[in-house]
Formats: sequence, structure tokens, C-alpha cells
Amino acid sequence: MGVYSTIGKNLDEVRDSLFQGKSGIGFEAIRKEFGYRSGLTGIIDPPNLKGLLDRRSRIGLAEQGKYAYLSTLEALDNANIDQEYLEKIEAGILFGNDSSSVPVIEAIDLVREKKDTSMLGSGSIFQSMNSTISMNLSVIFKLRGINFTVSGACASGSHAIGIGYFLIRHGLQECVITGGGQEINPESMGSFDGLSAFSTLESEPTKASKPFDRDRDGLVPSGGAATVILESYDSAIKRGATILGEVVGYGFSSNGDHISVPNVDGPVKAIEMALKDSGMKVKDIAYINAHATSTPVGDEKEAQAIYKVFRDVRPYVSSTKSMTGHEMWMGGASEVIYSLLMMHNGFIAPNINFENPDEHSAKLNITPKTVEKSFNIFMSNAFGFGGTNSTLIIKEI
Amino acid sequence: MNKNEVDNIINGFLVEEFEIEEDLVQPDATWDDIGIDSLDFVDIVVIIEKEFGFKLTGEDMVDVRTLGQFHEFIYNRHLSNK
Repeated sequence: MGVYSTIGKNLDEVRDSLFQGKSGIGFEAIRKEFGYRSGLTGIIDPPNLKGLLDRRSRIGLAEQGKYAYLSTLEALDNANIDQEYLEKIEAGILFGNDSSSVPVIEAIDLVREKKDTSMLGSGSIFQSMNSTISMNLSVIFKLRGINFTVSGACASGSHAIGIGYFLIRHGLQECVITGGGQEINPESMGSFDGLSAFSTLESEPTKASKPFDRDRDGLVPSGGAATVILESYDSAIKRGATILGEVVGYGFSSNGDHISVPNVDGPVKAIEMALKDSGMKVKDIAYINAHATSTPVGDEKEAQAIYKVFRDVRPYVSSTKSMTGHEMWMGGASEVIYSLLMMHNGFIAPNINFENPDEHSAKLNITPKTVEKSFNIFMSNAFGFGGTNSTLIIKEI
Repeated sequence: MNKNEVDNIINGFLVEEFEIEEDLVQPDATWDDIGIDSLDFVDIVVIIEKEFGFKLTGEDMVDVRTLGQFHEFIYNRHLSNK
């Protein structure tokens, strides 16, 4: 696995941030000048890939593609997979991504000005398409297996892992590079801000994202990229790989309801399906990495859904979005990595800024502080617009 | 702009922008020799427009097979555009 995020540019930095409860959120005045209600955003260092990648490979990568290249490099290194092995086993890629705004906007601005599409250059199309990450990385890493992008709103990264797991379980692929990428720029999030979905607690940016807290007032947009390498058990054993965890359950559902207002039954269905798929009982789940984004309605519905399934079992619950902000298309994948880091380092990361519960979150075992605890099974939820829901269960081997 | 200056601009962007090794940028080098493909030409069209103010087309390039021929072609177009 590998990650490039607002709380660290690699696994070690991210592990430390998670343990320390360190926030990656800040304030950008440019967003206010641009017309945003909220200037809050995840803050990330823009990567420079010159020297790492040749020109042809670089110019097709949009912002989130650059993050994804770096997270995938780290993931392959972490999995001890080299280029020769990738080509030998016909590896595939399924990446979560649901927008690529800046290249589209820049291209349209240029064509409007020049009245000539030939002035766009060759990289624009490969940056603009929604499949930008999977199409670029599949070429860069010479992949010959499955190759497409999963667009499932804020559950994209989670669904990508889920579908990859199905392909491997059914013997259709030996190795799939999965994950999620998310652009962070004012151009991509204006319409979201326009829905009043973002927190406006601008005076203390690191305290603005407060999932499950009574005083939460909205999410903080964020991003980066996360890569999870899925591989068949036999293949991993054969090459002597260090197995970080086994995907044992994937549940999905669609609310069949409102386009932006979540409900309880949809998430419940995904959670129960994942449990059934894994053969686990609720008491087996030690930790739930919640989707909770810090929106008033979303967190309430998820708290109700978790309670409806788990009742008095009360596994530890935290939303790492309290630190990262909402990583959207990437979040479902990055949060699996965050949880794996916790599982391998014997702690549960805090749901920072959780000071006062509301009626529903009071029924859950939400931890505002880091808990040093060894555990071997966790659940990760990811939900999105359109009522798409994804739940993964992962077990230490 | 004289011929030498035109050549330098072209060689400069091939080295800087396209990251082609300087030693390979020779008048008798073909596009294949310096690793320029059809997608790269799309970017060369943009650069030529910015640098010289005229637009290259596919037909323009039919008989241009080496870098030296390209230098010549761009210089002549530059002169005729003056």
C-alpha cells in the first residue's frame, strides 16, 4: 500500500500523524476570493515528477494523477513488486476517481480564447477524462490486466477495492492495483461549496472537521491519492510477500432515494452484506473507520446505521476525516490504508474534535483520543452522492 | 531573426521541453532518431505557434524528415510570414 495525503506524503508520515491526531486542514484565502463560502481545505504539497517520469508520461497526468503515481510507486515498493513481476503476472488497475476539473476548464478557456483546438496540446485529453488515473498508470506501469476507473462519488475508492477483491476471489485476476485519487483545487469544488456542504468554522481550521460532534457544520474538502495492491493469496504466498491484510467482505447498496440526502437503510444494507460476505459476526469487528464527513445529516444517518447493526456491541469507531478532511473519491481507499496502519501498529486513531456527542453518536463508542490497542479485523465505510454505499471488512492474516 | 536563431529556438525546446539528449539533436537526425512521435507533433504545433506566430499543419510536415529539414522549413515560413 502507499499514500500521498494531507497528513503525510508516505506511509511513515501518515502513521505518525494518525497516532498523534494531527490535522492536515488549513485555510486558503484564494477560495474566498474565488467566491467560496468556506476557505477551508486540506493542504497538500504539489509533487514534482520531473526526474521521476519522462515527459510523455508526465504530461498526461492531472493533479490527482500525480498523487496517484506517487502513492502507487510507494505501494509497489511496499509490496515488493517490481516492473518485471508486474508484466509477468498480467496485473490490472481499478482506480477510484470522479472528476478532473482543472484540465477541462483550462482547455475550454484556451479554446474560447484561441478558437482553435490544435492549441490544446497532446496532454489535455489524457488529463481531462474521468479515467485519467487508470489510463495513465496502466501505461506507465505496463499493465495488461483489467483497466478502468470506478466512479462512485465519495465511495469510488472503496468500490474500486471491492470490485478488485471480487475479480481476484473469482480467479479472474492475480493482482490488481486499486485505490483512489482526488484533486484539491478551488476549480473542482465550487459547486460543492455552493450546496453549503462545507464547514465555515474558519477561525480554527484544524478544529473545523468534527465528525459526529454535536456542533459539526459541514465537511472540509481534501484529497491526495491512496493505492492498495490486491493480490491472490496463492500469488502472495508463492512470491513470499508480506501480506498486510485480507479483504474478507465487501458490501454495497444504493439508497434508491434522494440524490444528496443519505438515509439509514442503504448503509445498513451495505454493512450487513459485507458482514455476511465475510462470515463475520458483529462482535468480530474491533474497529469501524466511519465514513462520517462532519455534515449534520450524513453523520447522523451513519451513526444510526452503525447502531442499528451493532447495537450494544460497541466496537471502536472513529472518522479519520476529522484529521484529513473529506478525501472524496480517494477516501474509501485511503481510509483502508489508515486502518491497516493502525492495525499493524497497535492503535486506533482518534476522531479529533469530537467533544460533545449528539443523540445518535452518543450510542457509539467513538474515540476522541488515540487508543493503544491491538486488533485484527476492521470495517471501513464509504458513502456518496446518489446514495451509493460501500463497506469493506479487512482481516489481519 | 536569422537562421541560426531559429535553429537555436527549435533545438532549445527539443532539449528543454522534450528532454531529448543534446548530442542527439543533429541536423541529420530523423524524428525517430530523437524519439518524436505523432503526439509530440501536436505539442510542437503549439510551441511553433507561440514562438513564431504561425500554425503548422500535417501537410506541411509530409516532406520534412530530418531535423535539418525542419529547421529549414520553419526558417522559410518565418521569412515568408514577415
